[in-house]
Amino acid sequence: MRELEYPFNSEYILKKSKSIKKQLLAEQTQRVPKKIAVLGGSTTHDIIRMLEVFLLDNGISPSFYESEYGMYWQDAMFENAKLQEFSPDIIYIHTNNRNITDYPSISDSAEEVEQKLENVYHHFEVMWERLRETYHCPIIQNNFELPFYRILGNKDASDIHGRIRFLNRLNEKLYRYAETHDNFFINDIQYLSACYGLDKWSDPFFWHMYKYALCLPAIPYLAFNISNIIKSIYGKNKKALVLDLDNTLWGGIVGDDGVENLEIGQETSMGQVFMEFQNYVKEQKKLGVLLNVNSKNEYENALAGLNHPDGILKPDDFIIIKANWEPKSKNIEEIARELNILPESMVFVDDNPAEREIVKSQIPGSAVPEIGTPEQYIRILDHSGFFEVTKLSEDDMHRNEMYQANALRAKQQNSFADYGEYLKSLEMKAQIGPFEPIYMARIAQLTNKSNQFNLTTRRFSQSDIESIAGDPSYLTFYGKLEDKFGDNGVVTVVIGRKEGATLHLELWLMSCRVLKRDMEYAMMDCVVEACQKAGIHTILGYYFPTAKNAMVKNFYELQGFIKESEDESGNAVWKYEIPDIYEKKNSVIDVL
Amino acid sequence: MSKEEIYERLNKVFQDVFDDDTITVNENTTADDIEDWDSLEHINLVSAVEQEFAIKFTMAQVVGMKNVGEMVDIIMTSN
Repeated sequence: MRELEYPFNSEYILKKSKSIKKQLLAEQTQRVPKKIAVLGGSTTHDIIRMLEVFLLDNGISPSFYESEYGMYWQDAMFENAKLQEFSPDIIYIHTNNRNITDYPSISDSAEEVEQKLENVYHHFEVMWERLRETYHCPIIQNNFELPFYRILGNKDASDIHGRIRFLNRLNEKLYRYAETHDNFFINDIQYLSACYGLDKWSDPFFWHMYKYALCLPAIPYLAFNISNIIKSIYGKNKKALVLDLDNTLWGGIVGDDGVENLEIGQETSMGQVFMEFQNYVKEQKKLGVLLNVNSKNEYENALAGLNHPDGILKPDDFIIIKANWEPKSKNIEEIARELNILPESMVFVDDNPAEREIVKSQIPGSAVPEIGTPEQYIRILDHSGFFEVTKLSEDDMHRNEMYQANALRAKQQNSFADYGEYLKSLEMKAQIGPFEPIYMARIAQLTNKSNQFNLTTRRFSQSDIESIAGDPSYLTFYGKLEDKFGDNGVVTVVIGRKEGATLHLELWLMSCRVLKRDMEYAMMDCVVEACQKAGIHTILGYYFPTAKNAMVKNFYELQGFIKESEDESGNAVWKYEIPDIYEKKNSVIDVL
Repeated sequence: MSKEEIYERLNKVFQDVFDDDTITVNENTTADDIEDWDSLEHINLVSAVEQEFAIKFTMAQVVGMKNVGEMVDIIMTSN
């Protein structure tokens, strides 16, 4: 919803949240239900109210547990039947610098200060450990915002007795915990409060009147930030940037002004702004955001512009370059099709409001930020949180290379008359086996972001995946695929639950980047082999239709299953009796 | 700004905050008269009124407000 996109009007959202919520609930979109426990060291009422609308807008339908005022620690540490019954999917701990009671005093020795730091940190660490043991779910913890006054003035930052120094050191300990523990995420309110303005953020009026540790108009920014972390945990990040060229990546119009007159580079102020923006986009690429161009231009002119000697982004940085006179919405649809991703997982960046409007109206669910003027591009794109990083896998960093290799494969495919010959020419090698510790993060990520090639669309957290991997009643499979153009990483996951001589396939998914490579047959061979070893004769496959997974409606039929039943909403059960002599289905991939 | 104008704009704020187009307030209106007006909604309401009239209440003013009439008096003196 436009009202909830950054940059938003926080006062408007606060005032109109009831009618905004009604509108969101009236939309016919599918949302995943998630249970969120908010453990507060202050009032949290309006934080939950705001978080709810932002999550609804991100395809998540939340229900909430709210601790009694200020009881975050007690709720976590002591027997809590209500919270156990609630069984949270996410725990958010909303604490602030007023929750710290034992700050250093100016007369403390260095050892005493050190002891206080340890004590405060310990108070939090035991709580996180307890929560992890009890609830096995992701934890989001605020870091500490800076205090609104400085007893020692500037020295507050450098003296061990200063609160600023103390809080920064405490934060550093929080980050070290985050670094060494999965499923623990920092909600960076130190940064948020700095962006908002610390004096306004921590206006004592709100603490003394209502026990809010931040001012009311800042709450939508806080909630937006939390919702970005949550949507990222559940794989709802955007995947690609689709960028206009003229006046978006450089100043001027390459077709009219000529390459030599474009504003890009150190010579002019405008040139510097665009250069900084190109740099920002290039950094996004390194994190795995797929870059594409969508520009009204002659193709040659577009390339000439991208080859500008002072430009940071070069033609090679993009997977798909659409430079033509087609409607931009049509180009976006084609880019989505060629990349095998959904149009709504793309962010369209264009300086021209008319082009933005066309894309917004033609492609429902697409992200089209109101990007402002060139000097605002970075802030607006950055603070929108489209690509919020919660996990950074090896795969993410190589994603652009993988998609570029895909483009090469597509080119080679055209030179083969026979598709089987083409597949053989790829010299594919697969590694298939039960879940391994190093792949747990990637496996959980796949279960949360795969929508199209996903038979049951069941979502799993990393801790779910870990416990399934250790449970002897499950057979688990991951598949990694490599070929002569590059390594695709882990691309497919299957989870089967054993019940006597039957295996229930609770999950079967595959990344669309390896569609039509016969990887699903190589997986089937391995599933059957494992079943034979485990004394299983029957495999039951399930297909639960969603708005996005129609492509696998008949997947089990292709694998040789027989349909057992199907209800009126299309939920189907498929059955496969393992024959005495099983003939392998895959002949093009070398399985290691 | 006249008192009438203030009440007119105030009605709209109340209607937005409580999502109820039928609400009209007068100088004697208190939290008891509006079903959803509890201490938590009060926070949001005060903030929305501040925004509407581009003013900022002091703590003492918020603590002392007994009814809508007193709120309007403060708005008039702040402008």
